Amino acid sequence: MPQNGEIDFAAFFHNSLPGAPRAGKALSFIMDGAWQKEGEQVLSRVLKRIAISVPVLVGVVLAIFIMLRIVPGDPVTTMMGEHVNPAVIEKISREMGLDQPLIVQFFRYVANALRGDFGTSYRLNRNVTQIILDAFPNTVKLSLLAAAVAWIIGIVAGIVAAIQQNKLLDRLFMGSALLGVSMPVFMTALVLQYVFAFKLKWFPVSGFDSLRAMILPAIALGWNSAGSIARMTRSNLVEVMQNDFIRTARAKGLREQGVIVGHALKNAMLPVVTMMALQLSSMLSGAVLTESVFGVPGIGRLAVNGIETRDMPLLQGTVVFTTILIILGNLVADLLYNVLDPRIREDG
Amino acid sequence: MKDERQEEMMAAAGTAPKPDIAEAQLGEADTWMDKLRTLVRQNKMAAASAVVIVLMILVAVFAPWVAPYDHLAQSLTDRLQDPSAAHWLGTDELGRDVYSRIIFGARISLTIGLVPTLISMAIGTVLGLCAGFYGGKTDFIIMRLADVMLAFPSLLLAMVVMYTMGGGLINIFIALSLVNWAGTARIVRSHTLSLKEKEFVEAARSIGVKKWTIMFRHILPNCLPSLIVLFTLNIPSAILSEASLSFLGIGAQPPSASWGLMVVRGKKYLFSEPWLSIAPSVAIMIVVLAFNFLGDGLRDVLDPYLKEQ
Repeated sequence: MPQNGEIDFAAFFHNSLPGAPRAGKALSFIMDGAWQKEGEQVLSRVLKRIAISVPVLVGVVLAIFIMLRIVPGDPVTTMMGEHVNPAVIEKISREMGLDQPLIVQFFRYVANALRGDFGTSYRLNRNVTQIILDAFPNTVKLSLLAAAVAWIIGIVAGIVAAIQQNKLLDRLFMGSALLGVSMPVFMTALVLQYVFAFKLKWFPVSGFDSLRAMILPAIALGWNSAGSIARMTRSNLVEVMQNDFIRTARAKGLREQGVIVGHALKNAMLPVVTMMALQLSSMLSGAVLTESVFGVPGIGRLAVNGIETRDMPLLQGTVVFTTILIILGNLVADLLYNVLDPRIREDG
Repeated sequence: MKDERQEEMMAAAGTAPKPDIAEAQLGEADTWMDKLRTLVRQNKMAAASAVVIVLMILVAVFAPWVAPYDHLAQSLTDRLQDPSAAHWLGTDELGRDVYSRIIFGARISLTIGLVPTLISMAIGTVLGLCAGFYGGKTDFIIMRLADVMLAFPSLLLAMVVMYTMGGGLINIFIALSLVNWAGTARIVRSHTLSLKEKEFVEAARSIGVKKWTIMFRHILPNCLPSLIVLFTLNIPSAILSEASLSFLGIGAQPPSASWGLMVVRGKKYLFSEPWLSIAPSVAIMIVVLAFNFLGDGLRDVLDPYLKEQ
């Protein structure tokens, strides 16, 4: 205890600099070598999580491979039509390695895929990897823009709804959120196209060559996710607001904004952040419908084309590519959650 | 004598689980009727949605009597008419009455929502029970399989299955039944893991009740509340999947009155006859919304645990 006239530096710092106690904790964390231990723990968890993903990846590729090969009928015949000389069909089968046993075909496919070679498209007679890489930037742009739309609308609406709990604005927002979740993606897309492109002429009807053309597809794709993010933000925030530390924050005289931004939001957003990361990866696949309405030349269009023209390597390549991206995205989301929420680390 | 006692004990083991769960979650007096009453009292939207769903089912069942026209009857002189007293939602490019087609389309959507969901959940339940109950290698294999299934985006997976089997409603049935079991399996497995440690299961096991009987007569009934909620929430996603596949042209084929197919065929006329694609979209949205509301309400009443997950 400080005597009369002395200054209690610890208390002084504690009271005047909000960051000081935390800095002190961080300092001891570094000095005690705890970071080393924790770092090792995190690393081993990351490695474990990656190790779990590998068999899933192999399983997914195998599943797609098998499913596409139990198609009734010979793929080459399907590709070239019924009335082709059998000798030609046999020659092409041999060239494409389709005369090999299935297991050999699979390992060859995996080996090639690992080198970035997804085979040659039946119809377009081009390297599938190249076709995918041409279309991929469009899908990425669309997904990122849609994610931005979803996150901004979803989080803002969720926070407002939580603050205004059970009042008019809450009901309005949550009603539209549920509507957003229940609306088929193509319906959102068609309504947007009709109102904003055709009636109001604010945006082009289709295409994807300028930022203006990208806005409607992005909203159409992001709308659903905005609904679920809004619902989740609201319910988490409402739950967190009932905690003792919120009462403490209010009792010490913080303004309501300070309570929400400084205390509640930080705790409420953790699951939402993970969900946002998960949704970014699911948008990659959801883009199929949006791309088809707005004529965006992305990966989703490729997959649909692959089905329509019975182009197996193209379909296989796009599905394998997208699924791998999604698995990696989920992996990142998981790890992000681990890094962001120390409670999970401690339970470990 | 011995048989009598065994029967008594089995009866005791069999009846034990219900109060066990009920006490833990809802207080002992709650019967199914009580829960329904709570649902109607607490959640008006869920109750209203239940009414909407029942109405839709009735409309679908009695479609030939409810619909003003035959949904397949073409009348090329009446093509692309605006909504009017004769045709409430206008006519499509072949002169077919859109309103009648939506009524008949309800049959497709509801069947797709109910049947494949039921099948996939049955598969998921059996696999989840086996994984949770037997543990070990069985658990490992089933759950890794589930991991693989869950890693797929479900629309893409359904697309791959549709490529293999070709378009058509029957194939959508099969695709959706095969694709969506993994989520159910995970939830049933986690229930089974905790339930199999309970006293009533131990009691049943100690008197030599067969494993399958324990799984299906003792553990399964305790998973039912979660399964009912899950069922209600899985229906709309199945309906949306069918609509999406049909919209992409790889699901239902013409002249089927599938809502998704109606939307994509109406899309060509979006700027001149918007109702052709918007009306079936709204129908899809209403059904999906109703099931979502009902599922949310049921979850609050039946299975608060699922909400936390």
